[in-house]
Amino acid sequence: MLYREALNKALDETMAVDDTIVVLGEDVGRYGGSYRVTEGLYAKYGEKRLIDTPIAELSIVGNAVGMAIGGLRPVAEIMTANFALLAFDQIINHMSKYHYMSAGKITLPMVVRFPQGVSKQLAAQHSESYEQMLSAVPGLKVLAASDVNYAYHALKHAVMSDDPFVFIEHELLYNKKGEVDLKTPLDPFKARIVKEGSDVTIVSYLKMVDDVMAAVPKIEEALGCSCEVVDLCSLNPVDYDTLKASIEKTSRLVMVEEEHKTGGYGAQIVSWAAEKMFYTLDAAPLRIAGADVPIPYNRTLELLSIPTPDSIAEQIIDWGRRNDV
Amino acid sequence: MDKLLAETLYYEMVRGRAFEYAAKEHYMQGDISGFLHLDIGQEALSVGAMKAFAKGDVFSTYREHIMALARGITPKAVMAELFGKEAGVSEGKGGSMHLFDPSHFFYGGDAIVGGHLPNAVGCAYARKFQGEEHGVMAVFGDGATNGGAFFESLNIAAAQKLPLLFLCENNEYAIGTKITRVAPFEKQAKKAEPYMPAIEVDGMDVVAVYEAVSEAQHYLEKGHGPIFVEAMTCRYEGHSMSDPNSYRSTQEMALCKARDPIERMKKVLQEQYGMDAGAIELLETKAQNEIDEAVSFAAEAEEPAPEALMAHVFTEGGTHALS
Ligand SMILES: Cc1ncc(C[n+]2csc(CCOP(=O)(O)OP(=O)(O)O)c2C)c(N)n1
Ligand SMILES: [Mg+2]
Repeated sequence: MLYREALNKALDETMAVDDTIVVLGEDVGRYGGSYRVTEGLYAKYGEKRLIDTPIAELSIVGNAVGMAIGGLRPVAEIMTANFALLAFDQIINHMSKYHYMSAGKITLPMVVRFPQGVSKQLAAQHSESYEQMLSAVPGLKVLAASDVNYAYHALKHAVMSDDPFVFIEHELLYNKKGEVDLKTPLDPFKARIVKEGSDVTIVSYLKMVDDVMAAVPKIEEALGCSCEVVDLCSLNPVDYDTLKASIEKTSRLVMVEEEHKTGGYGAQIVSWAAEKMFYTLDAAPLRIAGADVPIPYNRTLELLSIPTPDSIAEQIIDWGRRNDV
Repeated sequence: MDKLLAETLYYEMVRGRAFEYAAKEHYMQGDISGFLHLDIGQEALSVGAMKAFAKGDVFSTYREHIMALARGITPKAVMAELFGKEAGVSEGKGGSMHLFDPSHFFYGGDAIVGGHLPNAVGCAYARKFQGEEHGVMAVFGDGATNGGAFFESLNIAAAQKLPLLFLCENNEYAIGTKITRVAPFEKQAKKAEPYMPAIEVDGMDVVAVYEAVSEAQHYLEKGHGPIFVEAMTCRYEGHSMSDPNSYRSTQEMALCKARDPIERMKKVLQEQYGMDAGAIELLETKAQNEIDEAVSFAAEAEEPAPEALMAHVFTEGGTHALS
């Protein structure tokens, strides 16, 4: 199954059992979604449950909040993270806070989904990542799906949950293939060990998981070591238990993320490690992230602005040599 | 309209279309990447508006190649930008959606729908502040008229009597969604009527667009405040190269193409200005040659150096004007 098909299946199956679930967003209905995630759902569930909105992101999320207050379970799709910025007021001031401010009297069973990240030459206004900002907001559960099986189960969980979720996808993952185990539900808040290893823990999420995996053979060969690769999956809350167990085994931490380095999400993980795992670590952690620059259009510059399998391998090998890995 | 101007309008439309077809071809060959939004079918609007508004500032969208050309930015500089080259108008950093050239008073090239409208309002404030009379034009699609930024801009521009021309390119679609499915009316000028005079023009008729925009600019120069022009038009291609355009019937497309702006102006040149087929063909050949040269130039131009990555995040030195 493709990643986008897994998301589609998750929506379809939940909509079939709960007719209060509605999907809203730009081109989600008749058109089938700009990444085809909602394909076929309009024909099946009609325009009452697949709502084509105008280009008005603040209203898409704002309306979803109101729909949730009114007793529906809305799933809002935003075309890409950069447009979600127009809805940040609703996400941060409204969606994340109503349950708390009302002392639990209001619940918002809703999901805001969007893809993010560098695709191919979409330039500065269509390439950014905002998980660092959204995972810093108390009251939101933030998931990042790198894997097809996870995407299916985690989206189902988010749609059926009574809490507000931000569900982050990646522009380049929609056509990723993977097996989905329909029978075994998973805990969406648990980090995923993508590959077991004994010498270095490499933590990442979203598309960087694949780039890390592509870099691993080169790293293991050059350093003669074994890497453990962890996909965070849930960015808030974080599964620190899994991270702790892995670092206790390897004593070394590398954090890889695509977004700009300053203030980037990985800083949270490294800061936790410095606070809680200091005496377990045999080397200072390495953080690999994007450059602090708007994403340029030119392909060479674009690839220089973010980690790639080659640059990940190069940096980890260099760090490994200096740290006796 | 004198003959020279009529010829220029025709020439610019033909050149614009040739540019777009060349861009399409080179996108398919992999020389151009990212989102490529073609303006084919909408040439009358892009050319007529830019030529009439030659003196003011322009804020536009991601569907702006032909406008940039009509503003006087060279086809070489625009094509090189699409190829991501250093000689591009944005040095390969912006690409198709982000053409900027302050020396031609052209400020994008913005790809956040409606996001440039408040910027145009701010620039109109600056022009009024400076006593500059030509004013500012904001170009946007029908889809942008449903966002908050649009309504905020109408209100502020009208409240402050700013010299701002709102030019709505109504091609009836925002990607695959027809405007009437997400807005209560077909004509978006209705949304502006409570705030300012709003006129409608046939966006497939370059002479009509030219005249309407010229008139609108005269209105701005009188200092009465903003004005709204809605041009009904039609794009022939998908929204971008990644849109298969499957939501419009062949019949709808045929009706659209029957209004072709280039064919229409060709007739005007022949019937009203007595130009013969040979003279018109000469213009067409010249336009095509200019585009062919632009493509060769773009293909051979240099890639930006790796050091370019970190350049332009801030001004050089960051010196404050007063220090
Ligand atoms: C704020 C925002 N939301 C969504 C998009 C994605 N998007 C790009 S163009 C477009 C349609 C715009 O339609 P319209 O304004 O009519 O302009 P047209 O493309 O028809 O020229 C959409 C939804 C975007 N770029 N910005
Ligand atoms: Mg449109």
